[in-house]
Amino acid sequence: MSDASGHGPGSGAAPPGAGRRAGVAVMGEPDARGRFGRFGGRYVPESLVPACAELEAAFRAAWADPAFHAELQGILTSYGGRPTPVTECRRLSAELGVRVLLKREDLAHTGSHKINNVVGQALLARRMGKSRLVAETGAGQHGVATATAAALFGMDCTVYMGEVDVERQALNVFRMELLGAEVRPVASGSRTLKDAVNEALRDWVATVGHTHYCLGSVMGPHPYPWMVRELQRVVGDEAREQCRQLLGGDPDVVVACVGGGSNAAGTFAGFADTSAELVGVEAAGGAAVRRGVPGVLHGMASLLLQDEAGQILEAQSISAGLDYPGIGPEHAHLADVGRARYDTAADDEVLAAFTLLARTEGIICAFESAHAVAWLVREAGRSVPSGSTVLVTLSGRGDKDVAQARELLR
Amino acid sequence: MTPPGAGAPSAAGVPPAAGTGAAAGAGPGPLERALRARRDAGRKLLVPYVTAGAVDDWVQVVRAVAAAGADAVEVGLPFSDPMIDGPTIQQASLTALRRGTTPQAALAELAGADVGVPLVVMTYYNLVFRAGERRFARTLADSGVAGAIVPDLPLEESAGWREEAGAAGVDTVLLVAPSTPDERARRICEACRGFVYGVGLMGVTGERSELAGTARQVARRLRAVTDLPVCVGVGVTTARQAAEICEDADGVVVGSALVRRLLDGGGPDAAAALVAGFRSAID
Ligand SMILES: Cc1ncc(COP(=O)(O)O)c(C=O)c1O
Repeated sequence: MSDASGHGPGSGAAPPGAGRRAGVAVMGEPDARGRFGRFGGRYVPESLVPACAELEAAFRAAWADPAFHAELQGILTSYGGRPTPVTECRRLSAELGVRVLLKREDLAHTGSHKINNVVGQALLARRMGKSRLVAETGAGQHGVATATAAALFGMDCTVYMGEVDVERQALNVFRMELLGAEVRPVASGSRTLKDAVNEALRDWVATVGHTHYCLGSVMGPHPYPWMVRELQRVVGDEAREQCRQLLGGDPDVVVACVGGGSNAAGTFAGFADTSAELVGVEAAGGAAVRRGVPGVLHGMASLLLQDEAGQILEAQSISAGLDYPGIGPEHAHLADVGRARYDTAADDEVLAAFTLLARTEGIICAFESAHAVAWLVREAGRSVPSGSTVLVTLSGRGDKDVAQARELLR
Repeated sequence: MTPPGAGAPSAAGVPPAAGTGAAAGAGPGPLERALRARRDAGRKLLVPYVTAGAVDDWVQVVRAVAAAGADAVEVGLPFSDPMIDGPTIQQASLTALRRGTTPQAALAELAGADVGVPLVVMTYYNLVFRAGERRFARTLADSGVAGAIVPDLPLEESAGWREEAGAAGVDTVLLVAPSTPDERARRICEACRGFVYGVGLMGVTGERSELAGTARQVARRLRAVTDLPVCVGVGVTTARQAAEICEDADGVVVGSALVRRLLDGGGPDAAAALVAGFRSAID
């Protein structure tokens, strides 16, 4: 984003696009080829190149248009439930010895941050004259959000979901169907999020004339990683302002879970130019920053779990939304330049944190979000010194995971 | 092919430099020379596609289709996430990977195959990137491969690869889709070597009972902007469709129709019979 066009009306006290620390500007606009440092790009079949270019042009025009911002913000406010609150966690803070604040995306309509991105993309789709949305989903939250936006705007909607996820997130499948979307189970590959993306891309190649691919995270070909981060930056912009009011300053640490990385990118965007330490938490079985190597998948160059020949490996996680062998390219870049650090949480830590948050704060969060909490539970008093102030983005609510938790905790 | 971290430039994670210009100084290689010569002699070009490792005797299949009238053979190196492929080639890729097929082993098998017509490798960019562009290009050349098709590497991302491929004597075949504007098609053709691959329809590979209207359209549009041999692939299922496309194109690529026969248990003979049928239909 250029500073002139970067912020629509009413985006509060948010700073201009690029954060700066130790001389490294981060979280501004990617270069002309959609690169964040050595990551990003647009690695799509020729059939889709014109559609990506069209989307980029549409997004640039919309993002510079106050009327677009006004409409988006209006919908996110009157329909999406924004701004979401920041909640101070007294009992959890006492337990951990750090001051914990939660940015409550679980309270947004449809139960996660995914709605922020989807309303923006649906508006763009409408501007481009497209009548159908196609999406991939892992946990089902992005699928539910997309189905919701499609219902709201009167569009057709098809959601691809790996067979494994269809099974473990059955309730969300039904939600999508209730909302009028068609859910197509994906039987190829690992039958999880990665394969759902493949299938959504295959659909889009054949339907691109009237269909917009509503990608659910900061991944894929340019302009998606940048566009989705900008559509999610409302999370970070709000949280920064709310922290200033609550704390009179910025938190010491800002933590979010990372699947593709959209709730983390949106959160980090609000704090990139502060002195807050930024931490992304991946599933231990999908640790693209820790165990991935550079590669190209789903239209982007990023860090990917892969073998020596370049075959993509299957991620493994309790949480369908983090079960992805890659990470958004901007996160790979933030790791490269050291502006954010990326760590992991293991399934058992996640379950424990899920339970702890429920018992101490009365909040049942998504398994994905519980990764961020789990990291803090582990690191409080270690890499996060006692007495620190920590903002955790709680990306979603846990209704969808309750049945699975019941099985696991029995 | 290189093990991770062995020091090939792009294995270190630095994507190629920007730019869309033609690979510096790389003129047409043996693939383009062979195909132009045949085209100019009035012959229609037939390029069957075989997934390496999909069946045990895949190299014999490559030889058999060459002998049955192919002008070049496209060999797919299987990738875990073949996003531009439909169910048949997905299945072939998965089967090949389950059988332990690696790019290195497949190319080593091809190196000794003595097929008699040019070989063109088709694969996804991650396999190239992981190996390192220079190393991958040299491995292709050392294996006797004359061309490469990397469908998820569009013009804007391809300059570095085209330069390495050109330096190794490997022609990079680029794709033009029904959605590609004419001006862009022209730029793609300028950077393209070997032949230009006209994508016959908006969609993934796979058999189609009807020939898409876009198949002949894309061929005509390419004809208007380039002198390269124009071959149309994706969705070309029957010999009759191939003949129809060849009214406007210089040739066709036949993939899923052939691969399905292999997956159904038809060996080299069945593959050769199919290719012979296409041959006589387009002649
Ligand atoms: C609640 C929730 N949080 C996080 C994620 C992971 O996505 P991202 O990393 O893009 O925020 C998902 C994805 O399904 C989710 O449902």
